[in-house]
Amino acid sequence: MFKETALSGQTTFFQKLRSLDYILLICILILGVISSFAMYATDGGELLYHTKSHVLRFIIFFVMMFVLSFLNIRFWHATGYLFYIIVLGLLIWASLYGITASGSQRWVDLYFINLQPSELMKIAIIVCFAKFYHRAQINQINNFKNLLVPMMILILPILLVVSQPDLGTSILIALSGIIVLWLAGINLKYFIYSGLFLLISMPFVIAFLKPYQKLRILTFFNPDKDPLGAGYQIIQSKIAIGSGGLTGKGFLKGTQGYLEFLPEKHTDFIFTLFSEEHGFIGSLALLFIYGVIIYRVIDIGKNARSFFGKLFCFGFASSIFVFITVNMSMVLGLLPIVGSPLPIMSYGGSSMLATMIGFSIVMSTKIYQKQLIA
Amino acid sequence: MFGGGGDSGYKKLSTVNRRMFIMTAAKLVIFGGIITRLFSLQINENKKYLTLSDKNRLREWRLPPVRGDFEDFFGNKIASNLKVYQLHVVPEQVEDFRYLMIRLRDILDIDSSTFKKILKRKSQQKSWETLIISENLSWDQFAKINFYLHELSGAKPVLSVARNYPYDEKFTHLLGYVAQASEKDLIENEVIKKSHVPGLRVGKIGLEKTYENQLIGSNGIQRYEVNAYGKRINQIDFVEGKKGTNIKLTVDTEVQAQCNELLKDKAGSICVMDIYTGELIAMHSSPSFDPNLFLYGISHDNWNEILNNPKKPLINRSIQGLYPPGSTIKPIVALSALENDVISTKFKVNCTGKTEMYGQTYHCWKDTGHGIVNLRDALKVSCDTFFYEMSRRLGVDRLNLTAKKFGLGEKVFNGTYNEEKEGLIPSTQWKKNALGRGWVLGETLITGIGQGYMQTTPLQLCLMTAQLANGGFKIKPKITFDKNNDTYEQIKSEMEKNRIDLLSDFQQDDAMVDFSLEKKKRDTDLYKPLYRNQENVKFVLEAMFASTNEVRGTSYSSRISDKKYQFAGKTGTSQVKKITEIQRELDLDISQIPYEERDHALFVAFGPYVNPRYALSVFVEHGGAGSSAAAPLAKKLFKTIIDRHEEREKIREKSLMEI
Repeated sequence: MFKETALSGQTTFFQKLRSLDYILLICILILGVISSFAMYATDGGELLYHTKSHVLRFIIFFVMMFVLSFLNIRFWHATGYLFYIIVLGLLIWASLYGITASGSQRWVDLYFINLQPSELMKIAIIVCFAKFYHRAQINQINNFKNLLVPMMILILPILLVVSQPDLGTSILIALSGIIVLWLAGINLKYFIYSGLFLLISMPFVIAFLKPYQKLRILTFFNPDKDPLGAGYQIIQSKIAIGSGGLTGKGFLKGTQGYLEFLPEKHTDFIFTLFSEEHGFIGSLALLFIYGVIIYRVIDIGKNARSFFGKLFCFGFASSIFVFITVNMSMVLGLLPIVGSPLPIMSYGGSSMLATMIGFSIVMSTKIYQKQLIA
Repeated sequence: MFGGGGDSGYKKLSTVNRRMFIMTAAKLVIFGGIITRLFSLQINENKKYLTLSDKNRLREWRLPPVRGDFEDFFGNKIASNLKVYQLHVVPEQVEDFRYLMIRLRDILDIDSSTFKKILKRKSQQKSWETLIISENLSWDQFAKINFYLHELSGAKPVLSVARNYPYDEKFTHLLGYVAQASEKDLIENEVIKKSHVPGLRVGKIGLEKTYENQLIGSNGIQRYEVNAYGKRINQIDFVEGKKGTNIKLTVDTEVQAQCNELLKDKAGSICVMDIYTGELIAMHSSPSFDPNLFLYGISHDNWNEILNNPKKPLINRSIQGLYPPGSTIKPIVALSALENDVISTKFKVNCTGKTEMYGQTYHCWKDTGHGIVNLRDALKVSCDTFFYEMSRRLGVDRLNLTAKKFGLGEKVFNGTYNEEKEGLIPSTQWKKNALGRGWVLGETLITGIGQGYMQTTPLQLCLMTAQLANGGFKIKPKITFDKNNDTYEQIKSEMEKNRIDLLSDFQQDDAMVDFSLEKKKRDTDLYKPLYRNQENVKFVLEAMFASTNEVRGTSYSSRISDKKYQFAGKTGTSQVKKITEIQRELDLDISQIPYEERDHALFVAFGPYVNPRYALSVFVEHGGAGSSAAAPLAKKLFKTIIDRHEEREKIREKSLMEI
């Protein structure tokens, strides 16, 4: 019986292939194609370095994801803590021997790739928590020991990333972690307590921030005050998006990005350029694709029999959602500018690698959805 | 044991599912928020951001407008534009401005004061505005720049146009000149302000200033798409500027050139006018200067040379110079006396060389006297004694009316030249108002020989002569040519009609005639008679003929007997200083008198005597006697003027044929 074989993990390769989530797969592919064209437009309609390496990475990581999808969900469960520890190790390595670029020491040189471990941590923290709560009993979740350990798991990487310094990524790691913690069943009051504690410690945190980070937060509240300085990015981004209108200026016809008014247009501001060229309709389409992806991941989580798979899918779907909303809110002028890439769309290998690993765990959950983990 | 098993496992699952449901609802709300934001930016505020986006990427560069030309009557360009090599730098496109400037200073050999000026200019303009390093590179410099260009990134050698006056000093006072627009020019003229670009040249004086708004043209506009660093990406569009209007003048370059030649090394003025159309054939004031010097900012040395020249080249004597007309006023005095029936043509006076009146001695220019002279002789030999007696009977007020009617004491080109002066024709009322004292009868006598308070410009004398020579009709002097203007034939027939009208009026109402003209508006006076009885005008003209063409006439030595060129004129010698008895005794030769105290030489004339067409006035400042210093110039000039007539008419016909 199918059920029997599923339980024993004896499914054939073709059965596994059939049980892949094709809607999710196609959506990721479409996103890859869109992002490649967006990168091409950002390069000014020429096949330059950014476009080439983005396309290459997408192909490599997509194939990697496809292959990793066939790994048994048990593998991910088994290596959950190891994954976290390796990434944590890389973070420590980065803080000691990392490569410094634009004032931030966040890369490690792995000889074949320059890796940004903080991006991987966004996934590793979810895997780690999924494993932790997979084992935990519901009535023990809110006791002291089971609150302290996840807290340590979360705070350690955040401190490392903040000290790089990389405020944006550390916030995103914190958000992904907190969401998983809440989903897992931690009492809401603890979040309220920590929130209050954070609010009280805010002055100390601010004192700890770099001047440029303080400035970014200040300019968010009044971007027009210094249009050529720190508020420049927000204003230019709003101009680009606003000038796109209903249908956009057309592919390769966006003037703002093409004319270099947009800072970091390949990474954090890729949506701005996309929205300028393809307008409101194009932006809605992109949001729709992201929406479908998130929906599929949640759906896979719902159907997963293992708590590990379920919690990972829910956590991953939520963090992708958070990444998208933070990035878009930022370029739309709703949030202060903190470095946060748009999953798959933005240029950046580590971010794409992390996202693709996440998808392969989701796929694995789908293929082995009937699998239970001891 | 299974992690998800049992009761606890079920509770765990229901918690995570419930919480995920809440999470999903929150996601939908947040996505909704992002979509709303997108909608408000892209749909509601689209226009605002579209404008901002265009402002971001489009930058305009205005090119200097190309100025309209001045042409003479024959189509010769007397002010045009010349291609020049310039060196431009756009500071924001230069990586190391300081270095570039120092390199340029060495290559072009810019002196330190000019260098400082350039740096000062740079600080006053926007960084994307073109900074002009040199407006007029020599070919050598231009070649040198091109040779080093690879190491002068940001420097742009360009071909531009600049004003050029090909006839150098010949038309300076007539045309005026252009120079860099000043703060004042921008404030005074909206049009200049609108088209202003750094380095724009505008008219400073003369016709160049008067016709600025027509001449200036419109800016060419280059719109470039620029990136965030101001670098030009590509040209969006190019609006070609319109060249300013070309203005055709009535002047004849050849006659003008001869006027220059005749007054060389002298101070003075020559004006030539068509007596029917009022067209100015030539107008020259000497000494002149080269207006091209002002184009790039005149050098200190050149400026000092002009400023310190004792003959004052900056004064446009033709319209600005006020001098007593001397005996050239006598035709008007004679006409006034005849028109007012003060004397008849048979009236005689015995000239003994001087006459006692109102307790003072008044001298005739000829110490030995002219003997018994009638009016015709008096004009011919310019007998002062006769004119003393005649003006005594005429009175200054009646003389004033006639003189003003013929164009004295009034601006000839009202408004065309800012610097034009009115002159002064005295009257008893004037003296009371201006000086607060009553008129002294003796002053009438010297006014009658064009001395005393009376002051006229050479151009006014020319107009006066023209209006006498055309038979006594009012004309409108003009300097710009318009083919819609009345032709000679039209004017001639209009004058004839007005002459006959006046005759019939005369028969109807004797008393009304002379003053009816005064009541009418100026403009409707055009081509109307300025006389009461044309016989009086004819008598005066005949007497002027005698003065030039009969033995003992004051300008007899300058006559031309060939009927084609024959002209009639009146000399004038006006005193700058009252001559004392001692000086009169000494009878010094002109070379023995200091320059500033020498008499002014004047001559007015018209020709050809039969069917006259042109009138002229010659004025030589401190030139001595009119008969010897001014009249011979007129003789030379008349030949040219008459010779050019046929060609002029041909050109006129041709220009009328053109649509």
